Amino acid sequence: MQLARALRTGTLNLGAGGASLVALTPIYLIFVNALKTQPEASSMGVELPAIPQWANFGTVIDQGKLVSAFFNSVLYSVGGTVLAVLVSAFAAYVLARNRRRRHQVIYLLLIMGIAIPTNFVTLMKVMQVTHLIDSQIGMILLYAATQIPFSVFLIYAFVDSLPRELDEAAFIDGCSPVRTFFAVVLPILRPVLVTTGILSLLNIWNEFLMPLYFLNSTSRWPMTLAVYNFFGQFASDWSLVSADIVLTVLPVILVYVVAQRWILSGVSAGAVKG
Amino acid sequence: MKNAYPTWFAGFALLLTGVFVLLPSVLGFGFAFTDWSAYSKSLHWVGLDNFATIFDPSNDYIGAIEHTALFTVATTVLKTVIALALAILLTSGIRRLAYLHRGLIYLPAVLPVLVVGIVFRSILDPSTGLLNTSLELVGLGGLAQHWLTDVGLTIWAVIGVDTWRGVGYIMVILIAGVLAIPREYYEAASIDGASGRQAFIHITLPLLMPVLAVTTVLNLLYGLRVFDMVFVLTNGQYGTSTVYTIVFDNFSRGLYGVATALSTLFFVVMLVLSYFVIRVMSRSEAA
Repeated sequence: MQLARALRTGTLNLGAGGASLVALTPIYLIFVNALKTQPEASSMGVELPAIPQWANFGTVIDQGKLVSAFFNSVLYSVGGTVLAVLVSAFAAYVLARNRRRRHQVIYLLLIMGIAIPTNFVTLMKVMQVTHLIDSQIGMILLYAATQIPFSVFLIYAFVDSLPRELDEAAFIDGCSPVRTFFAVVLPILRPVLVTTGILSLLNIWNEFLMPLYFLNSTSRWPMTLAVYNFFGQFASDWSLVSADIVLTVLPVILVYVVAQRWILSGVSAGAVKG
Repeated sequence: MKNAYPTWFAGFALLLTGVFVLLPSVLGFGFAFTDWSAYSKSLHWVGLDNFATIFDPSNDYIGAIEHTALFTVATTVLKTVIALALAILLTSGIRRLAYLHRGLIYLPAVLPVLVVGIVFRSILDPSTGLLNTSLELVGLGGLAQHWLTDVGLTIWAVIGVDTWRGVGYIMVILIAGVLAIPREYYEAASIDGASGRQAFIHITLPLLMPVLAVTTVLNLLYGLRVFDMVFVLTNGQYGTSTVYTIVFDNFSRGLYGVATALSTLFFVVMLVLSYFVIRVMSRSEAA
């Protein structure tokens, strides 16, 4: 009995370990090859470097113009996220509390973006007419807009689970709707705001099509587009490409390690009602 | 008495999604019927010409629609089956390590698609890539392939890479679904002498159905819209063109009218699908 149990646990661990290994190997490859010389990295192999080439990072920061790209990425993801989360919370709050026909229509229009694809061609027209092409403000507004549908969806479900009395009491005590929202509602929404905020932050950081379409000036490019361009230029030099990728994904992995709990709960929150 | 929940609160969000998400889709219905292009300053109404181009067999856009369908069905099936197996594995009593494994298997899903594509272009390299060299190492060199340049095979390589990236996402949802099933059901079943397999078929699977419906919908919506993964891995070549690589192709060639027509056609398809999505979602909410 004891043996059978040990055997079962062993098999389960082996299976799970195998799956984790498959998930990790490509990521390991990037990190280990980032520290190799160009000839060593030519096959993107699993071997460790003879001497770690820390200078690779300096080289890519210089040649890949990564300093400005890093600050652009921070600007777009933080700016887009703050804007998206704030306006989404504003909207989700009143839409979850009012259930008239017109509110349901607005809610539907807002979350439609989860399913329908962006029409990039006509979006370009919109960006031109509003003079938001090749502009950092344009990127922030655009990214915020792309993150609103799912954010509204998550926050709406959370507001829905809160008792009405909370905000009604504040309102009856004489708080204006805006004051009620900021002083009473927003603090209670904190857990869901953190979750949506982190998901949105990662989404924007990882995205590269919007800048590819709508940013011409290299000085406004985010990290992902810098990597894309760098890969085009140095496709044969896997050590530098890997070093460039490491610098791009390191912030993502750090955020993931720290905020894993919120990310995983946010991912399943939309799909599973527990 | 004044309303505590003024509707204008929703105005900011509606304005942003209105301008950047909804308006472009609506505009599509107009521009789809014009000869809008990078080469002429004026626009002309051309009726259904762009749609004729789309369905013209010599352009092989039908092929792209077929690839999209294959990609969507294959990734949905693969991700669902593998994610379900992993979800069962990680909820079968290896509690302490399960959290670690769950975190690791989800990790690919937080990486930029661009990065995943670039890394797999090296792994799938026919002569130096890790996949072929590993196959040779274990004596399976005969299975080594030109993964990213062999028409017929390449779409499966793309499907494989996308499954690698996306399976953790589906798994996390399914794990939450499995954990939401009351333990008493399993205890009662084991008292009645049910085997693990019987418990899976008669308890886990039926109770997981609403969640599986949601993950299937998510997989389908994702698959139909796929673009960046294909763009980075193959740029739509070697039999991997999809609806959105064709849109991008026309867009970069300056043929905005055709690109808009195809986008708009697909918008309608997705809209119809979304209608069913919302119905499925609201049913699972009621459950």
